Amino acid sequence: MTVVLAHVPNESADAAFDAALEQARFRGTGVVVVNVAPGDAPVDDRIVPEDGVAALTRRGADAGVEVTVEQPVDGDVAGAVLDSAKRHDAALVVVGVRRRSAVGKLLMGSVAQRIILDADCQVLGVKG
Amino acid sequence: MDLVNNLSLGLETALQWQNVLFCLVGVALGTAVGVLPGIGPTATIALLLPVTFNFDSPTSALIMLAGIYYGAQYGGSTTAILINLPGESSSAVTAIDGNQMAKKGQAGLALATAAIGSFVAGTVATLVLAVAAPPLAKVALTFGAAEYFSLVVLGLMISVTLARGSVPKALAMVSLGILLGTVGQDLNTGTPRFTFDVRELFEGVNFVALAVGIFGITEILRNLRDPQTRDAKLHEVHSLWPRGKELRAMSGPIARGTGLGSLMGILPGGGHILAPFASYAAEKKLSRHPEQFGHGALAGVAGPESANNAAAQTSFIPLLTLAIPANPVMALMIGAFIIQGITPGPNVINEQPALVWGLIASMWIGNVLLVALNLPLIGLWVRMLKVPYWVMFPTIVVLASIGTYSVSNNPWHVFMIAAFGLLGFVLVQCGCEPAPLLLGFVLGPLLEENLRRAMLISQGDPSTFVTRPISAGLLAVGALALLVAVLPAMRKKREKVFVEED
Repeated sequence: MTVVLAHVPNESADAAFDAALEQARFRGTGVVVVNVAPGDAPVDDRIVPEDGVAALTRRGADAGVEVTVEQPVDGDVAGAVLDSAKRHDAALVVVGVRRRSAVGKLLMGSVAQRIILDADCQVLGVKG
Repeated sequence: MDLVNNLSLGLETALQWQNVLFCLVGVALGTAVGVLPGIGPTATIALLLPVTFNFDSPTSALIMLAGIYYGAQYGGSTTAILINLPGESSSAVTAIDGNQMAKKGQAGLALATAAIGSFVAGTVATLVLAVAAPPLAKVALTFGAAEYFSLVVLGLMISVTLARGSVPKALAMVSLGILLGTVGQDLNTGTPRFTFDVRELFEGVNFVALAVGIFGITEILRNLRDPQTRDAKLHEVHSLWPRGKELRAMSGPIARGTGLGSLMGILPGGGHILAPFASYAAEKKLSRHPEQFGHGALAGVAGPESANNAAAQTSFIPLLTLAIPANPVMALMIGAFIIQGITPGPNVINEQPALVWGLIASMWIGNVLLVALNLPLIGLWVRMLKVPYWVMFPTIVVLASIGTYSVSNNPWHVFMIAAFGLLGFVLVQCGCEPAPLLLGFVLGPLLEENLRRAMLISQGDPSTFVTRPISAGLLAVGALALLVAVLPAMRKKREKVFVEED
């Protein structure tokens, strides 16, 4: 059992990470941070750089939680998170959510919405 | 003082405002594409070749194309250092130590080293070019058909020797290129060959369509198959200018890299791609601290970067003097010459001195522009890398098709792009490099023409190729090159060099 965090470096990321740490401590498990890159451009802001990964693990260690980071490249971001959750037999998936307009969701889809609807376990949506 | 006169004529031409502008456009475009991984300088020049057709002055067109070439070499190394993303194959070496330096907070020093190395090498190699070109052109003028034939054979053999991958595959590619070059009406008799009664094939395979397809489209297909993505973290650049100690440390590698690169650039085939690898290997062997290589060694950036640029510059020597392209990019430049109505060859340097010397001088100006342009704009280049593939690739395909179509308003050429793009992709998947194919295609007609002319002159006696001393010498060197490539001892070394490349 573990807590899986869908992580993208943006404004709600910190709040979601803190929530994931809190949940992991409460459940006595580790956190698997899944940072998916869609892989559709040569360079992508959504990928956490090496030192960013180290910072996440360190913050986990400071809070006494074991943090492992996965960085799969997959065009289907929500699917990759759900895969990882299934593989680690996750008790909880934590995902950062933000306000999106209806049109924006229609056009781009919502990763958070797909995770919430399709996950087999509990999902915690954290607002940034 | 011919040299001074020539160089001043060149500077006079190159410093005309419109030529400086075209040079700037060229290096900017070149940098932009050099930054993008996968789409190397060959593909870029192939894709942009149609743009230059409507230029009034051939000098401006060639200056811009040359600018794209060394701009691409330069841009590739900037992203190699800052985000470990070598834009094209010859800067893959720079990424090894350059990015390690950037991780240690020496990004500024690594960039400055690359810039200084490139600039010094570019300047020296331009001088080499200026000194070596006129006497070589004079020698080339005494060449008859037999000598030219043997020279082309030599060029093709060396390109086979230096191509990556297996020798038989490279030979096959060269042969395929020569075969493609024979499609169309026979030059002497007008008999249609390999046209299958298709009237559109009578004029032969279109050079631009072939180049765009086999380099541009193939690169895009290859990228779609194995996309690569990196994080966008930029290493901060501070303290750009190196200190005295570092300047001393880089002077040796830069000098050696320049010498090695200048020599390898002249060689046909993959000389300009091999040069940085050879320089890296040499520096590692010569270094007192070989263990530092791979962990941010200054010499590992300075040497290859100099070799890279020097080779890019000197590969113009065979082009300008003998009209023999040293690599696919130079083959494209030959295409540009022909499109502009200039027959490339040893006469160009006498008939069009302003063009040749202007081109040579513009390389120096281009190097200055690159230093001024690159560092302040690095943010822009990285932002460009964030453009998703699904926007970038269709745009390139559309622009390339429009460009090729506009050259002669012939829709067949657009079909050819598609066909050669697919062919190139299949060949690459089979482990064949398309570069020898293009060289074969460009040199094939030259080979045939001179073979037939020499045979006509000798009245059908093939011994003319071995009884004329220069011709015999060139053929012997060609045979030696091929022999060396297939010798077991040499083959192992060759494979080792190419393994490091991958």
